[in-house]
Amino acid sequence: MELITPDIGLLFWMTVAFGIVFFVIAKFAFPIINGMLKKREEKINDALELAERTHKEMEQLQADNEALLKQAYEERANIINETKQICNSLIEDAKVKANEEKDRIIESAKASIEHEKMAATTEVKNQIADISLKVAEKILAKSLDSDKEQLDYINRLLEEIEENNN
Amino acid sequence: MKYASKKHHDVVFFCIIAFCYQTTVYMINRNNSIILNVIFLICLVFLFPNNIMADSDSKENIDKEVEEKFNAGELIFDHILDTYDWHILTWKGKHVSVYLPIIVISEGELYCFSSKHIHHGHQYHTKNKHGDDVTFYIPEEGQYEGKVVRLMDDGSRLRPIDISITKTVCGLLVSCTLLIVVFLLVAKSYSEREEKAPKGLQALIEPLIIYVRDDIARPNIGKDYEKYLPYLLTVFFFILLNNVLGLIPFFPFGANITGNIAVTATLALFTFFITNLTGKRHYYQDIFNTPGVPWWLKFPLPLMPMIELIGCFVKPFVLAVRLFANITAGHIVVLGFVCMIFIIGEMSALAGAGMSVFSVILAIFANCLELLVAYIQAYIFTLLSAIYFGMAAKEEH
Repeated sequence: MELITPDIGLLFWMTVAFGIVFFVIAKFAFPIINGMLKKREEKINDALELAERTHKEMEQLQADNEALLKQAYEERANIINETKQICNSLIEDAKVKANEEKDRIIESAKASIEHEKMAATTEVKNQIADISLKVAEKILAKSLDSDKEQLDYINRLLEEIEENNN
Repeated sequence: MKYASKKHHDVVFFCIIAFCYQTTVYMINRNNSIILNVIFLICLVFLFPNNIMADSDSKENIDKEVEEKFNAGELIFDHILDTYDWHILTWKGKHVSVYLPIIVISEGELYCFSSKHIHHGHQYHTKNKHGDDVTFYIPEEGQYEGKVVRLMDDGSRLRPIDISITKTVCGLLVSCTLLIVVFLLVAKSYSEREEKAPKGLQALIEPLIIYVRDDIARPNIGKDYEKYLPYLLTVFFFILLNNVLGLIPFFPFGANITGNIAVTATLALFTFFITNLTGKRHYYQDIFNTPGVPWWLKFPLPLMPMIELIGCFVKPFVLAVRLFANITAGHIVVLGFVCMIFIIGEMSALAGAGMSVFSVILAIFANCLELLVAYIQAYIFTLLSAIYFGMAAKEEH
């Protein structure tokens, strides 16, 4: 019967001892332990969240990079195309301009040739006139006797000039 | 011989009850079986003590015969029950014991003396403040068997208020000191190693603390769980530590603390008072005006409130009995196996030697089982306390 009869003394000591243990743990140990556990859990949570966020940011960054790279490629292709076009058009322009210049030069050369030719012809004409005048002078100076002789002479002279001219 | 074998039967009988009970408890432990606990208690009250009484009738005739005989029942009960001295070992026929102080209050006066003076039936004489002789002794039979009583002038016995530092109290003080030291050390290492990974003792305790918090307190109590957490932690570690220390057979451990009904009753009373003092309106409404019950169960005969009210007291009672019975039964089983060596050894030394191998294996098995029980019982007590607190703290929906 003693086994299942609570002893008053033991009840008393148990209440005292357990009360003290309870008080010490609840007052001095528990707040520290609980607080630190919570703090650490928060820290771990924060760290995990940060990692998650960083991971997402990294992914975003990578995606951005890829997009950027793609854009850069496209731009490069565009630039190359444009350059080619510009190049081609430049060449075309140059060709056209060169042709024009060539034509112009040829034209001007022709014109100048014509001009020179005109000048030369004029000079020749002048000279002819001059010569003719001199010839006339000489003829006049010689005081021609007969008409026949005169005419022959003039013809001969003219022929000479003609030949010279040719 | 007859007496010894009868005692032996007692132990075996008790072992069988204890074992059956424990196995059953394992199977349905989660379902807080009140009926089984009550049945077990009835077994304890009606079967077991009757047998002891039957023994004491025939005890005188054969007392001298069996004086030198090994007495398993006595050994086991010496361990299970509380004593005024702490027997460490017997060396060459001499007992090596620690004599603990006896503190008694008789007729408003406090007497304090060593149990050395009154062991083995010796009488301790002292004087009270009026100069009258006062005699204390421990009777070996009768109503106050094994307890300090005051011998009155007319030869009658008077049981004083006994707050002696008995073996259980001593073991209790040891384990409480240990518990406080452990918790303060852990708290210290928490504040020193702020926001770092746990280490050493802290790492050993922390999983249990988190376990109690996240798996016992939070799911069963709800949002108010932090208010009850210090108590649940204290109770869990107190029971676990005392259960485990009770398995260590060396001084100053091995006192049967959680296997003492007074200890478990105190723990249960703490739970009872905390539950009922922190109970909200909803909790009391559930008791006195249970919703969802037909009115004729409440009026004119308040059947339901009565049942609920009784349930309030049965809950802590069951808590106390469960812990006490499990631990006591476990100790008896382990000791029973060990005692079997000596019982058989008395018949034949050879058989005893052969038995020892078998017995030690069984005792080791029982000890391992006890380790498991130590944890499970701490868990169950804490869990059920948490459930009761959860009922008390429940808010109206």
